[in-house]
Amino acid sequence: MKIEDVPQDDNPTFKGYGTKAVYAVDERGRYTKTATSGWDVEEVVLRDVLEDFDALAADAKRRVLQGETSPIEFFLYRRLMDLPSLARSMGLWQWQVRRHLKPKVFKKLSVARLQQYADLFRIDLSALTHFKETTDIEPDS
Amino acid sequence: MNLIHDFEHQHFAHCESGVMSTLLKHKGLHLSEPMVFGLSGALCFAFLPFMKFGNMPLVSYRMFPGHIVKTLPKRLGAAYLRKRYRHPEQAMEELDDHLAASQLVGLQTSAYHTTYFPPEMRFQFNAHNIIVVGKQEDEYLVSDPVFDQIQRIKSADLKLARFAKGLSAPQGLTHYPIDVPEANDLDLVKLIRKAIKKTVNMMLYAPVPWIGVKGINHLARRVARLSARGDGRYTRLFLGNIVRMQEEIGTGGGGFRFMYASFLQEAYQVTGWPALQEASARMTAAGDAWRDFALACARIVKSKNGTDPAEVAPLLKACGENERQLYKMLKSAV
Repeated sequence: MKIEDVPQDDNPTFKGYGTKAVYAVDERGRYTKTATSGWDVEEVVLRDVLEDFDALAADAKRRVLQGETSPIEFFLYRRLMDLPSLARSMGLWQWQVRRHLKPKVFKKLSVARLQQYADLFRIDLSALTHFKETTDIEPDS
Repeated sequence: MNLIHDFEHQHFAHCESGVMSTLLKHKGLHLSEPMVFGLSGALCFAFLPFMKFGNMPLVSYRMFPGHIVKTLPKRLGAAYLRKRYRHPEQAMEELDDHLAASQLVGLQTSAYHTTYFPPEMRFQFNAHNIIVVGKQEDEYLVSDPVFDQIQRIKSADLKLARFAKGLSAPQGLTHYPIDVPEANDLDLVKLIRKAIKKTVNMMLYAPVPWIGVKGINHLARRVARLSARGDGRYTRLFLGNIVRMQEEIGTGGGGFRFMYASFLQEAYQVTGWPALQEASARMTAAGDAWRDFALACARIVKSKNGTDPAEVAPLLKACGENERQLYKMLKSAV
């Protein structure tokens, strides 16, 4: 990649977070480290996977409200995880987490366990017990 | 504000090689990021269909996380401390002690709890690398190689990030060089030869079908079969996953190929072997081919299934063939 070919596409994701460093060749053929504000390609594939998580979360939300699943499933997708990674982060087996997704089991979970989930999801305990899509779900919370 | 004096933040393409380069430099040994990357033999290709992340098979363009921190000090003959902790409190206390003693330390952290990341990029990835350079009230000042400025993180969040559970859990990993050899005492030519040999051997002759050039071809066959599956969403996510591992996560572009090309060029300046100059140019071309492949993938993702994914398989095959010839040439050169 030549320096003049380094994309500067101002990726929205990285906006306000500075630039990324890449290696490229200058006009005399020497490698240099240079900064990029992003490449469209990265943004397209990232947006695609995020949209997928959004769809999963929206579907989970609908089922939470209908009492078919527990809020854990919603926050699982909201926080860009999947079941295996959630189980590992909690130090549980997958079947245990899968059980916790059942509303009946969820209601009987101890406060300590719920707090552990809330801490991992970086939300208030109340957002789990009285399901709401809290605004402080944004990771800076 | 307890910032380690005479510390100068540097912006790098990749977290682990960047941290290593910075730590060594602070100890007086100047090795560029590509040099650190190349000497530790970190270039790789792996496609592990049986290891799933977010339901997608693992695709990686480098050795597993932690490889550089583990390998490079050994190859350089540097005394290096790597310490994991059982108790988070103890780990945080010792971190403060290090700061008080002006000791620069590298930490392994989880991207999920790294609050200064864009929220969209905070996936469950436990092998991020940072350097802590200071503390101000309840916040740590962090030199994160993939950011162009010093970042800040609350101590509670840093603690979570250092002790996240899951795959390749950091367990509070703290590392720093204790004693490094003088630049004059290093036999760079020997190190370069050894590192290139290792990389070439792995890329050409790995005994399993998931690593190296074989891995690239394996992935190409898998991509060619994607349309038969008839699942548009899966196809998009599958291709997207490859591209994200190649470009998004701090690779210096082209799945570390440009960084390695830069290493080869630097190696040429050290050794004077003309073949390395040629290999560097070819590695650049290989990186460009990977970028073409990424661009084609992005088109498919964007078109929402308007295009046949089998079209990108030949591009991937070409990447494999490029690299095979290149490693063969390198093999005879060193």
